[in-house]
Amino acid sequence: MAGVAQDFDGPILECRNLSISYFTRAGEIPAVIDFNLTLHQGDSVGLVGESGCGKSTVAMAIMRYLGGNGAIVGGQVFYKGRDLATCSEEELRQLRGSDIAMVYQEPMASLNPSMTLGKQLMEVPLCHEDVTEEEAYARAKQVLADVKLPDPDRVMNSYPHQISGGQQQRVVIAMALLSNPSLLLLDEPTTALDVTVEAGIVELIAEIAEKFNTSMVYISHNLGLILATCRRVNVMYSGVVVESGTVHEVFDQMRHPYTKGLFNAIPLPGTNKKEHPLVPIRGQLPLPHDRPSGCYFGPRCDFFEAGRCDVASEGSTVAMTEVEGEEGHVVRCTLWQEIDWANYKPEGLDGTELQAGEEVLTVKAMKKYYEIRDNSIAAMISGERVRHVKANEHINLEARASQTVAVVGESGCGKSTFAKVLMGLETATDGAVEFNGQDIASEPVQNRSPKQVGSMQMVFQNPFDTLNPSHTVGAQLARVIRKFGVESDPDKVQNRVLELLDLVKLPREFVWRRPRQLSGGQKQRVGIARAFAGNPSLVVADEPVSALDVSVQAAVTGLLMDIQREYRTTLIFISHDLSLVRYLADRVVVMYLGHIVEKGTTDEVFAPPYHPYTEALLSAVPIADTAIQKKRIILEGNLPSVTNPPSGCSFNTRCPRKIGGICETEPPPDVEDSPGHVISCHIPLEELRAVEPVIVQVENDQPAAE
Amino acid sequence: MAVDVQDVPRRESALLRSLKGIALIRESMVGMIGLGIIVFWVLMALLADVIAPFPPNTNYLPLATPFTPTLDGEGMFWLGTDLQGRDILSRIIHGSRKVLMLAPLATFCAYLVGIPMGLAAGYKRGWVDDVLSFLSNVILSFPILVLYVIIIATIGSSAINILLAVTFASAPGIMRIVRGLVLDLRNREYVFAAETRGEPSWRIMLIEILPNARGPLIVDACLRVGYVIITIGVLGFLGLGLPPPDPDWGGMINEFRVMSMSFPHMTVFPCLAISSLVLGFNLLADGLREVSLRD
Repeated sequence: MAGVAQDFDGPILECRNLSISYFTRAGEIPAVIDFNLTLHQGDSVGLVGESGCGKSTVAMAIMRYLGGNGAIVGGQVFYKGRDLATCSEEELRQLRGSDIAMVYQEPMASLNPSMTLGKQLMEVPLCHEDVTEEEAYARAKQVLADVKLPDPDRVMNSYPHQISGGQQQRVVIAMALLSNPSLLLLDEPTTALDVTVEAGIVELIAEIAEKFNTSMVYISHNLGLILATCRRVNVMYSGVVVESGTVHEVFDQMRHPYTKGLFNAIPLPGTNKKEHPLVPIRGQLPLPHDRPSGCYFGPRCDFFEAGRCDVASEGSTVAMTEVEGEEGHVVRCTLWQEIDWANYKPEGLDGTELQAGEEVLTVKAMKKYYEIRDNSIAAMISGERVRHVKANEHINLEARASQTVAVVGESGCGKSTFAKVLMGLETATDGAVEFNGQDIASEPVQNRSPKQVGSMQMVFQNPFDTLNPSHTVGAQLARVIRKFGVESDPDKVQNRVLELLDLVKLPREFVWRRPRQLSGGQKQRVGIARAFAGNPSLVVADEPVSALDVSVQAAVTGLLMDIQREYRTTLIFISHDLSLVRYLADRVVVMYLGHIVEKGTTDEVFAPPYHPYTEALLSAVPIADTAIQKKRIILEGNLPSVTNPPSGCSFNTRCPRKIGGICETEPPPDVEDSPGHVISCHIPLEELRAVEPVIVQVENDQPAAE
Repeated sequence: MAVDVQDVPRRESALLRSLKGIALIRESMVGMIGLGIIVFWVLMALLADVIAPFPPNTNYLPLATPFTPTLDGEGMFWLGTDLQGRDILSRIIHGSRKVLMLAPLATFCAYLVGIPMGLAAGYKRGWVDDVLSFLSNVILSFPILVLYVIIIATIGSSAINILLAVTFASAPGIMRIVRGLVLDLRNREYVFAAETRGEPSWRIMLIEILPNARGPLIVDACLRVGYVIITIGVLGFLGLGLPPPDPDWGGMINEFRVMSMSFPHMTVFPCLAISSLVLGFNLLADGLREVSLRD
């Protein structure tokens, strides 16, 4: 390797006072300020923070790949003692991919769709080393086995679209490992994957780090994943590292109010509505060109002291100080030594229990099949021209007033189809959906009365997509109000719009704003206001907070709960985030491949007896709590296709507790554990009851949020 | 809760907001050059009667080369005269009027037809899409020039007929662009939101989807005006343009193309006029794209 010693025994990677800026129309925008990092051989460090905090920019700067408008404006990056700023383009090209490898978020975007995977893998050694084709092939095959892909030969000859998303990410990791890199940069490598697939990849990454002694920088917004993969962690906020230390120091004895706020804002096993409610961080992330002076977290901090926190003590922000007795644990806070954590009791979300009312929604044996017409000649000859996608099979579900029913499952489990049938965008193939006493299963939305439509509304997932960018917030809300016949007089409509903005705690001048002038959390609030415009009795929330930053998630969740309390709304909460579901749902429905595999109250579903799939899901959720031990259950294989579901129990192809032939031949019975807690599984209930809980609290009995 | 509407700050006027939008083009050098060329020709067309040194259809000294003084020595044929002794500069200036009226108008008509087709095909899918796409494929599979010749030859040459021909030939292309944009936009959550509140299809297409496709469509429209200017020139050149004697750039080139070796000025200057105007629209389109891609 040109210019870099192979047997260098200092730190693999060192960033010294690194500052990075982007240059845009509006001038220079500092993206990362005064970033320090030292990474030794075999060590792993996590960068955690919310969107726009600069964590990906750091990775790009290490690769010296900042694009046309980004530049390092201060400090240095040393790779094995060599200042990367002194490297020529050619030397950098050699470094990238062979010494430093990167894994990105979206596997499909990292792979070339028109080349076989084998060819793409072989390119790495062929390009960076002097090897023959045969050698390259053998190495590619070997590394595919290393990342635990079944049948490497088949994968070598496949194109990217022929394997699943999880397998694609394994191939990308294999590609990164092929040249035995000293440094592996992982930028949100599992964010695009389902939670059970994510668990497998995280385990693989942890194994690789150990086996190959590779140094890793792991970038994520998820604290739980950092805990599972890293030894050290840097918490970033608005371009600066606010706290850095070992995972245990930062997770158990955090010193910075932002770190504390993050842990208070995410639902952990120790949080619950009554004693330890979620605590949202107030306000929102500052824009990069509009950061406050002094501490960037100042305006959102409960300990803010004017005159001390808003004065920059070093450069443009406050200085880092080391925690005594904990070498390497540094905090960027002026007051940290004075904060009395023991008496810090922030005001959490209102967790008053709601009394469930009358039944609002009853779904009885609902089925939704999609028809796929096959127009191929083969299909015409065989006569099998119509195939069915069984998106929902035999769905039974009840929801009462002011109840929160969570529908949990991974992508493709049919939860979105279920929502579409409820909303009338699709009609059910069979069965009944009774809403306020009327069967709406076969009424498309056009045939429903405005009142019916208005009384069942939806909150969508993606804040960047949920509002029409061409219309003002006010116009969009006004349209809904008129459409549902709430008001028709222009002045009254306008008043109602303002009331709705008050309801979701947004300033009134937002009526004239366009969506692009709003942050993600604010857009989601407008989306909630829109759903509640017609005074709905039922709201379907499809992953309403999963695309939001951690610090605003809690606030938006709290808002939803507050409005629900005020209007006694029934909430159907579709989510894959089991921690959040545990926190706010009253009842949980677990779906797999269009079937409900388990349902019951939240406590029943989160404790044994579990359905084996529920058990695997629970074990897969990353938890940011060092006092928690989980059973490790990694699901093998891929999610089967809904056009060709397995016979018998739909989970039998991946079930770790499969008991034999009966699982493949007979559909499982619905077994009632206690009234309302139903598990559909062949395994005898006694055996399921004997299963140990997946999540166990060890060491201290103090909840981690304390 | 009673709310006083007055306590909400008023928004800035619609005029001010659209002016601010247009002002963004200042950030693109090529866009400004394009806009400059277009403004130049628009001024020419508007003030033709004042600016043009001679009436366009009056016969003076035939076959004068550029910079020939008039017989009375008071004026100058800056770009020379043609076979009938008409001043070429004045004819070019007056000719810009027709082009600048007809080209944007024809483009507008083509969009008026193409946009609803594209919206319906992209949003409704199914047989609507099949039929509309098939029709547009049939039209697009014709060599475009032959199509124009056939249309104009059949219905005769006049401003209205040129407009019809351009609409007929361009609408399928516009439909395809709109359809492609709609296929992407129809999967946005705000479209689902509109569907879940039972909005009629026309409203979803026109109010929810179309405004969000405007960026690429405005760029495309600028390019298309350029093409239409060329088309009008070509039709004039083929003798299918506007009836004489009123000046028409394409017609001017055609009239004297046999003499272009000995008297190049008769054809070169109308050619330059056409290409500069087309260039203006193309540069403006480039500029708009550049500005819209920036953050």
